[in-house]
Amino acid sequence: MDLDIASLTIGKIRHALDTRAASATELAGEALRFAQAENPKTGAYLHFSPERALAAARRVDEKIARGEDPGELAGVPVAVKDVIVTKGLRTTCGSKMLADYVPPYDATAIERIERAGALILGKTNCDEFAMGSSTENSAFGPVRNPRAPDRVPGGSSGGSAAAVAQGTAVVALGSDTGGSIRQPASFCGVVGVTPTYGRVSRYGLTAFASSLDHIGPFARSVRDAAALLGTMAGRDPRDATSAAAPVPDYTSQLNRKVEGLKLGLPPEYLKELKGESGDVFFQGVEVLKKLGCEVREVAMPHTDYAIATYYIIATAEASSNLARYDGVRYTFRSQHSSTLAEMYRATRGEGFGAECKRRIMLGTYVLSAGYYDAYYLKAQKVRALVARDFAQAFNQVDAIVAPVSPFPAFRLGEKIDDPLAMYLSDIFTITGSLAGVPCMSVPCGTTAEGLPVGLQILTRHFDETTMFRIADAFENA
Amino acid sequence: MKISEQDVRQVAELADLKLSDAEVSRLRAELDGILAHVDKLNEVDTAGVEPMAQVLFDTGAGTTLRGDEPLPPLGNQAALANAPQPGAGYFKVPKVIER
Repeated sequence: MDLDIASLTIGKIRHALDTRAASATELAGEALRFAQAENPKTGAYLHFSPERALAAARRVDEKIARGEDPGELAGVPVAVKDVIVTKGLRTTCGSKMLADYVPPYDATAIERIERAGALILGKTNCDEFAMGSSTENSAFGPVRNPRAPDRVPGGSSGGSAAAVAQGTAVVALGSDTGGSIRQPASFCGVVGVTPTYGRVSRYGLTAFASSLDHIGPFARSVRDAAALLGTMAGRDPRDATSAAAPVPDYTSQLNRKVEGLKLGLPPEYLKELKGESGDVFFQGVEVLKKLGCEVREVAMPHTDYAIATYYIIATAEASSNLARYDGVRYTFRSQHSSTLAEMYRATRGEGFGAECKRRIMLGTYVLSAGYYDAYYLKAQKVRALVARDFAQAFNQVDAIVAPVSPFPAFRLGEKIDDPLAMYLSDIFTITGSLAGVPCMSVPCGTTAEGLPVGLQILTRHFDETTMFRIADAFENA
Repeated sequence: MKISEQDVRQVAELADLKLSDAEVSRLRAELDGILAHVDKLNEVDTAGVEPMAQVLFDTGAGTTLRGDEPLPPLGNQAALANAPQPGAGYFKVPKVIER
């Protein structure tokens, strides 16, 4: 087989299969060997699933032999964030609490990509229950950024971003609640997409904050990210929050001019943006202008309140979603208790890491009697105002462009002792999450040290097509 | 100070979380800082604003709920497969009522 595993794309794989240059089984074998050999450099994968990948590859080869369409993702090696459940394949959520959990069913997104011919190589490391911005909150150790091994890959989907950047997966699945796909994509120099809320079913996504959780793709090109989203998107009867809106053929809308599109730049974001990340971002904006986009300022007056709003809503929802981990159903139970009440407390005290405990505590506090109106209800009202900012901006422009993070990948250990500082770094990604609009990070350039910086593009609900079109033109400029 | 160690212990009771004394002291300081930041929200006039509990978009009527049709469940064995202590087809827990 004459293919460079680390630089494969969905298109190259399809070409190799169509011309019989490689079989899916050969591809799966090579991809697994490469990923297992390279993984120690970053720790992107927690565990591999060779049997599952090879079985999926055999199904693809059989379809090709029978002359059937092997599917849009035929033979494509995929890494899956370990918060998305896979039947019979351990799903730990980066937590001691679920270290031995083997799910009895597949997430809808998993079913759909495997039906399209994808080969799941393994599960990737992440912050515990997707709570964090650096992947340092995993119970199984940190992930190293493939572009700078002394630095974090971002988080919480750090392992998925790192695998795609490192070439140990062609594409990957992540989850995003407040920036957990876009920020690691930016830090690792890959494409990361948070689709419209409800665009991809969350059935089988371990719940963190249900009104904010999304599943989305990572890829090394906009085209591959669009193709992967297309296979996962659409109504699922098993998730009542999944949207019935029709799924367009995203890839057919690429390679188009973006001349004349109106892009908004929120001045409220720019005042937070200093240093090299800012310089790279503004160079990106110049590229968009050269492509013929009209760039103008649009006001997003409630930006300053987004972090506070998010950390109330997300922790409140997390405190109730994580209540199920009580030592009764999900593998881990403390051995240091004799009564039922003690068993609950000790199991949760021993099973959860520091960040999960912090968020459970904050969430329980803001929902507790006497504080509900002052915190949770107030935050839900401010959330409505943040969403209104977006609705008003989209009356004037086709898309918003924004930075992804105030700084590039930071050093391992640099910010772990200051949780509030870590929360504040989510400023540019959280607003889009609160509004539920589609948003993505596309590589924009690098700092003098060679650290990647992403550019964020946000569009109206369900207008992923325009978002991909702009990102594709930007990527090819 | 927004929150005392006593408050932290009380919230931990509500959350069924066993915390060490060191964790209580650390969480008190961290939650205090976060709650001070969150106070910013009081600057925002939200009179007459409906709370946003869910992202809303137009969907046709009847599309959010699936039909009420019975589907095969997981089955007892699969449902218990991850139980720390299964027994006789049930999840077992420490004894609650003395005979």
